[in-house]
Amino acid sequence: MTGSVLAIELAYWQETILRVLGLLAAVLLPAGAIVNLYLFKMMAFMQSRLGPWEAGPAGSLQLVAEVGKWLQKEDLFPAGSDRRVFAWAPIVVVASTFIMYAVVPFGPDAWFADLPTGIYFALAVSSVSVIGILMAGWASANKYSLMGGLRATGQLIAYELPLVLAVLGVVIQAGTLNMQGIIEAQRNGEIFGFGGIGNPYILTQFVGFAIFMIAMQAELTQPPFDMPVAESELVAGYLTEYSGFRFLLFFIGEYATAGAFSAIAAVLFLGGWAVPGIAFDSNVMNVLGPVVMLVKMMLIVFLVMWFRFTYPRFREDQLQIFAWKILIPISLVNIAVTAVLKVAF
Amino acid sequence: MWLNQFLVLGAVLFCIGVYGVLARRNGVMVLMSIELILNAVNINLVAFGAFHQTPAGQVFALFVIAVAAAEVGVGLALVLLIYRNRSSIDLESVDLLKG
Amino acid sequence: MVAQNIFFGIIAAAMVLSAIRVVTTKNVVHAALYLVLVLAGVAAQFILVGAEFTGVTQVLVYIGAVIVLFLFGIMLTRARIGQEMDVDNERRWIAGLTAVLLFAVMTFALVDAFEDTDIEVNAALAPQTTQAVSDSIFRDYLIPFEAVSFLLLAALIGAIVVARRE
Repeated sequence: MTGSVLAIELAYWQETILRVLGLLAAVLLPAGAIVNLYLFKMMAFMQSRLGPWEAGPAGSLQLVAEVGKWLQKEDLFPAGSDRRVFAWAPIVVVASTFIMYAVVPFGPDAWFADLPTGIYFALAVSSVSVIGILMAGWASANKYSLMGGLRATGQLIAYELPLVLAVLGVVIQAGTLNMQGIIEAQRNGEIFGFGGIGNPYILTQFVGFAIFMIAMQAELTQPPFDMPVAESELVAGYLTEYSGFRFLLFFIGEYATAGAFSAIAAVLFLGGWAVPGIAFDSNVMNVLGPVVMLVKMMLIVFLVMWFRFTYPRFREDQLQIFAWKILIPISLVNIAVTAVLKVAF
Repeated sequence: MWLNQFLVLGAVLFCIGVYGVLARRNGVMVLMSIELILNAVNINLVAFGAFHQTPAGQVFALFVIAVAAAEVGVGLALVLLIYRNRSSIDLESVDLLKG
Repeated sequence: MVAQNIFFGIIAAAMVLSAIRVVTTKNVVHAALYLVLVLAGVAAQFILVGAEFTGVTQVLVYIGAVIVLFLFGIMLTRARIGQEMDVDNERRWIAGLTAVLLFAVMTFALVDAFEDTDIEVNAALAPQTTQAVSDSIFRDYLIPFEAVSFLLLAALIGAIVVARRE
């Protein structure tokens, strides 16, 4: 088996190594960019914090300083904890993020796995991280950790439903579960007969996009949905007992998952890597596509972070009512309307 | 691949599940063993579906998954009720009808 | 085909070991976590025979929901760290004997019936694709599908009624 990337013929194993390296870059680069750009610079700007401007020229070395700080800390296990479960929990969370990225396409050939049921696979794998969080909460042998783990589980399960239901509208409109297929459907779409910019589904599926963004904010446990790690109530929830390298894994997992969800949102609603006017399977897109995707991802993460820095925290009952009584009914109506319109036109 | 690879794997999981159902006295653990049995059945269904080149095997497996989800929901609700009334999920202690 | 057989062997061995740990471990949370490994293995086996949609559904429903429900239930009732006493009853030798005998009978029947019949696994074969599965559900099995959805509704209401605190 041979494949070709950028018109260079490669053996199967060479192609596989290239894809694995690409996947690593796709997980870690956006995560680092999100932390550096938004968590340090934008938060510092919006909330008048001075710290992140000190390390290096204009604070450019802040990320290096943070990672160095976490790596040199002691790897602590709390007394009475279940050591094996405690050690595996962050790995489960990070692994689920990595596998989620595996089906996201960044160009006509720049993908790790092009599954026929790609988007379904990504949503299924994203739900595995709940187990890691429950493991962390239980194994810490700490009541705040356990409360945080239980809160996180209730929240993630409640908001997974609107997330999946919002995606269904897009899937009905595109007529495929394959992520490349969804991008192609948007690129070849027309708005009232005008096909100049294709048909990014943010226009026709705006309700779905809004629900997806809200549910994504909750899935990422970013404020205003950060009850599981609410510092004023639960110290740091399921993260309380973690330090050093394992905390760093959770931290990478958190922002890499933000990148993964925003990549999926970019594919579903913003047209993915495709650029109107350049042929769909053009080799240029293997280089240009990842850049386009990165820009769109950063735009979506900007929205998430903007909400994060602006709104105060929900209350637990408000959170559940919001999911079950508002978001889920709206997304069900959205699906019904989309299905009717799909048949009608 | 042989068909029997999958069938024997299913048989092993099924028997482990049967052992669990018979030997456990903790309600949640009995439910987990039932999950093992259902999954053994699913492996057989999907393997036979692939063998006969029909989607019916997968369809039945999907139905089994849905029924298993319903079963776990009701089963855990029952276990929770037993725990609330007797402060224990030991199934040996739920024998009041013996008199 | 050789690669598939090697993968089958590795996954199957991991599944059987984890399944044994599910029914022998003394800690309820550990049992649930070993069950995750078994269920993930089942999903991998599904994908190995080309049943991709069913495999992904297995991950979404079992690992994402059923196991989480288990863990949630365990942690809401009691979940001590370390070993618990009294998770097995005194009949476990008889149970083990039953399981071994059942396995012997089933394996003999299977090997006798199918010997070395092969499965043709080819991802391009039409009857195994997601589209074929959905066509099958919504044409041939539409009434069972409606029955299952009604069952889920009944189970939902039943679980709420049973677990609700008066």
